[in-house]
Amino acid sequence: MIKKSFTKENFVKWVLTAFALSSLLFLFLIFAFILFEGLPLFLKIGLSKIIAGFKWAPTKGSFGIFPMIVSSFLVTFGALIIGAPMGLSCAIYLSEYSGKRMKMFLKPALELLAGIPSVVYGFLGVIYIVPLVRNYLGGSGFSLLSTSIILGVMILPTIISISFDALTSVPRTYREGSFAMGATKWQTIYRVVIPSAKSGILASFILGMGRAIGETMAVIMIAGNALRIPVSILDPLRTLTGNIALELAYATGDHRLGLFSTGVVLLVIIMILNYIANFGIKRKVIK
Amino acid sequence: MARIIGILSLAVIMFLSCTNGPGKEGRRGKKHTITIAGSTSVMPFTEKLAEHFMIDHPSTVVDVQGGGSTAGIQACLNRTVNIGMSSRQLKDAEMVLNEIIICYDGISVVVHPKNPINGLSLKEISDIFHGKITNWSQLGWVDRKIDAITREEGSGTRGSFEDLVMKSQDIDDGIMVQDSNGSVKEIVATDPYAIGYISLGLVDQRVKALAIDGVMPTVKHIKSKKYKIVRPFLYLTNGALDKYAQPFVTFVLSREGQNVLKKEGLVGIHD
Repeated sequence: MIKKSFTKENFVKWVLTAFALSSLLFLFLIFAFILFEGLPLFLKIGLSKIIAGFKWAPTKGSFGIFPMIVSSFLVTFGALIIGAPMGLSCAIYLSEYSGKRMKMFLKPALELLAGIPSVVYGFLGVIYIVPLVRNYLGGSGFSLLSTSIILGVMILPTIISISFDALTSVPRTYREGSFAMGATKWQTIYRVVIPSAKSGILASFILGMGRAIGETMAVIMIAGNALRIPVSILDPLRTLTGNIALELAYATGDHRLGLFSTGVVLLVIIMILNYIANFGIKRKVIK
Repeated sequence: MARIIGILSLAVIMFLSCTNGPGKEGRRGKKHTITIAGSTSVMPFTEKLAEHFMIDHPSTVVDVQGGGSTAGIQACLNRTVNIGMSSRQLKDAEMVLNEIIICYDGISVVVHPKNPINGLSLKEISDIFHGKITNWSQLGWVDRKIDAITREEGSGTRGSFEDLVMKSQDIDDGIMVQDSNGSVKEIVATDPYAIGYISLGLVDQRVKALAIDGVMPTVKHIKSKKYKIVRPFLYLTNGALDKYAQPFVTFVLSREGQNVLKKEGLVGIHD
């Protein structure tokens, strides 16, 4: 009897291990696949001509994606400027001020926000944000500003949930110590809680950036997809993800390889962001 | 880590959904399936034709898919579809396929209905898309930037527009890009200062088609060859068609099939 249950236990353990490792396998396959498809063009055209090139005309032999790299970072920082203060405020409210009942109401609402498909965000952007920007600020409305607003809302759940976890993991004793010194609630939050949770909060911003830079559908719908680097917040722009999704359907030969090279650059950027975010979180745990 | 997987799996799903072709021999009960894929400009018309065809041929299922001209040509070369659709001419390497011209389509340059401009010259249009004319005041309207919209690189409509309108000039990098006739039309219909180009068959009261060099894009003017921005819609086959696909092509080229296309605003091959 004992032996039987032991083998069963082992069996379950191995099955679960296999499934756990399969996710690693998928990651590896995706990585290998993108590099396999994307690297030949880097070798053929040259790294600098792709990464630092200004002209994207793949059917005419130009594969410069520098404007898209810049644009991707611009919308990402735009999203952060809008999403970070809102998200952090919400996380502070949730962890420090809200009562249990309010929390019970807000938390599921935020999870719902995270679950809304990005095409819906894009659609709302096209129907409401774009005409608002066009009518009140000028330009076509398909712009850096509209995209940043939508992405700023889209990264809220990421920022809120991770900052919230960071804030709640600050020990109670820190707060009590601060109150005992005569600090007010806001002074405690501002001087004690936030600095203690700093690395977690930064990690939430960086993971939010990762979400924003990887977002595709909503961005294609509202960014306007022009190839030039935007000079004002009302100019249209094209991101790396947008470039891939926009042109893949029609691409063949070197054009298709060029899109995979775009994917390689995107992969590297996202890996760097995730590495920074994980590094930030780990440091907090050690501390 | 989870983020990387999420983003990449999205990319892979997108990639797969763009490239996979259906099985050629797919059968549903005793029904035979013809798969047709390619140009998103030709697709809506092929769907209409398929509807009519399937009324008279209940044992045949016509499966119409998009993907783009280039994808359709590729699928036809790989024999993953029976018929490929293209809205651009074949390149030299693709010439092994048989071309069947099913109809002609005008590309109309469209603006918002509130725009008072009724016509432009070919030169003015190529200057707008080249980035030389950037303000509506240069064309005698209000002092406001022109929101020009083009199609993405590789699109059949863009390819034809470049050949027929832009000639040797490049489309400017500052021009907005959309990936379907539908989204170009949607922007032009909602933005009073927009200008774009779409298939003539898709023009309705939500957008205003411009006269080019004084010639309105109408079926009559395309027939008489007065309107210049015209391209053929092609069906492509790789070798001989099987006995289920051949009747469909015959139907499309018949008077009945051509009438379906004419009702949609296209110009038939017999005219």
